[in-house]
Amino acid sequence: MSTMPSNAPQPVLSVEHIAVHFGGLIAITDMSFVVNQGEIVSLIGPNGAGKTTAFNVITGFLRPTKGEVRYKNTSLSNLKPHEVTSLGLARTFQRTSVFQSVTVFENVMIGLHRRSRSTLLDTLLALPREGRAEAELRNLAHELLEIVGIARRADELAGSLSYGDQRLLGVALALATDPSMLLLDEPVSGMNATETARFMELLDKLHGRGMSILLVEHDVPMVMGVSDRIVVLNYGRIIAEGPPAVIRGNPEVIRAYLGEGASRHAAH
Amino acid sequence: MKRLVPYIALAAFASVPLWLHDPYLLNAFITTGILIIAAMSLNLLLGYTGQLSLGHVAFFGIGAYTSALVSLGFDVELIGGIRVVHEPWPVWTGFVIGTLVAALCGYAVGKLSFKVRGAYFVIVTISFAEVVRLVALNWVELTQGPLALTSIPPMTLGFPGVGYLDFYSKQSNYYLVLAVLVVSYVVIQRLVYSRVGRAMIALKENESLAVSVGIDVTRYLVLAAVFSAGIAGAAGSLYAHYLKIIDPDVFAFLYTVTMVIMVISGGKGTLAGPIVGGLIFGFIPVAARSFATPEIQWILYGLLMIIIVFVLPKGIVPAIEKWFSAPNTSVDPEPLQAKMHDTP
Repeated sequence: MSTMPSNAPQPVLSVEHIAVHFGGLIAITDMSFVVNQGEIVSLIGPNGAGKTTAFNVITGFLRPTKGEVRYKNTSLSNLKPHEVTSLGLARTFQRTSVFQSVTVFENVMIGLHRRSRSTLLDTLLALPREGRAEAELRNLAHELLEIVGIARRADELAGSLSYGDQRLLGVALALATDPSMLLLDEPVSGMNATETARFMELLDKLHGRGMSILLVEHDVPMVMGVSDRIVVLNYGRIIAEGPPAVIRGNPEVIRAYLGEGASRHAAH
Repeated sequence: MKRLVPYIALAAFASVPLWLHDPYLLNAFITTGILIIAAMSLNLLLGYTGQLSLGHVAFFGIGAYTSALVSLGFDVELIGGIRVVHEPWPVWTGFVIGTLVAALCGYAVGKLSFKVRGAYFVIVTISFAEVVRLVALNWVELTQGPLALTSIPPMTLGFPGVGYLDFYSKQSNYYLVLAVLVVSYVVIQRLVYSRVGRAMIALKENESLAVSVGIDVTRYLVLAAVFSAGIAGAAGSLYAHYLKIIDPDVFAFLYTVTMVIMVISGGKGTLAGPIVGGLIFGFIPVAARSFATPEIQWILYGLLMIIIVFVLPKGIVPAIEKWFSAPNTSVDPEPLQAKMHDTP
């Protein structure tokens, strides 16, 4: 079970008045929300609501037209993606979440890139520090595979794993960067019920370790089950925000999910 | 067993001058060896970062010309009447400076062109090689243009208090090339089986995922370009001091193509690939000489390449590895074992 959120919530990630325009198309009009320390927040919304765009802005893959994202009081505006990672923010990807043609173990070794203390000179001259650094990384890699539960698959090619296992490996890759916060992009899309259940267990485990998590997700029942708070996005703006119980009864949310198709038919 | 293969191969190649006395064949070994070093350097870029440099011969040629000019000396007048006179320096300094200048050019080309990837990178590298060739052809005062730089001294290595070694004979040149090849091999191996190599493979596999785990793309692509160009420059320097004459033809596109063929047929992204591919394509003309005219030799060359690419699309070395590791399902435990072995 997850730990109780602390009494005075401390925002770690704050999204402040983000707007994204693609030429004339407005993907996000004005979006603001925070994720507190140790909290699981989910960003949901129907297809085309701007979830992935929001996600890409937060991770630094897309520059917003307006507004700012701050992580632990550092603005992410002018950082490159790899610099965002070194602040302690790690992300997973929707589709290609792993390095397909190398083994599971080597995937995690790649993920541990920034954790190695060996320099180029150590590497070239095979100095003792290189050996120690590599041994340390191998131990870490085994640990991470244990945490996400795919240690038995260590020597298999990542591309040959089942879909669910690839997603777990994707999380291991993100965890390898030693993040204090995880950003997960639709982690359970395409998973079957067993795989989803396994994934939710993993999220609970990470939550228990105090990890802050922002989840962008399609699967509403799953989101209701794991989130502390939910932010609902529709047509590029936030239409509701609150704990799962509140969101479930919100009429605007219900309309966005159920009434959207009907209203669109009526309009045409 | 698999770990012993490089040592057995090294012992076999080290023994060649002991039983092979035919100067023609020894010459073929030396020139092929030099091309293999260049192909190995190309493999670092093409096989590990996935960037195709079709101007790779530029770094080879720059290494050759720089090394030759440092050891020959030159006297040129630059724009504005500034006269630059360089007295001949020892040949080994030429080798070092040639390698460094080539590496520096690799840095420049890498910085400039990794902003443009894929097809654009290919075009930038081709243009770079062509520009360098035109400079070598037209800056007659420095390079003698089409008249070629001649009487380039052979490599010499001075040891203070002991005397010095010079590399006049084919045997000594053979061992020199073998030594540089081994050093290049070890440097590339160290890079590839470390976090540097993992970063390169990650970039080739999936760049945005690599970036998301905190890998600095530009840094590792430029690093690969620097090492690749430097090793190619070292090969070029060996070439200049072995042949003792170089002309702008060293920048011919054909050499780049030869290197690419060696890498692809042997297996890009494998350490042994360029060596296996290089031996095959370096010795086809030699083997075919006795029964075929040069035209037929080229046709054989082309046919063999097509057959290899069709039958073994990943190259010869990966096919052999797959053959041997077929019974057990683990795919490529070799890098791990190699590293564990390194751990003190």
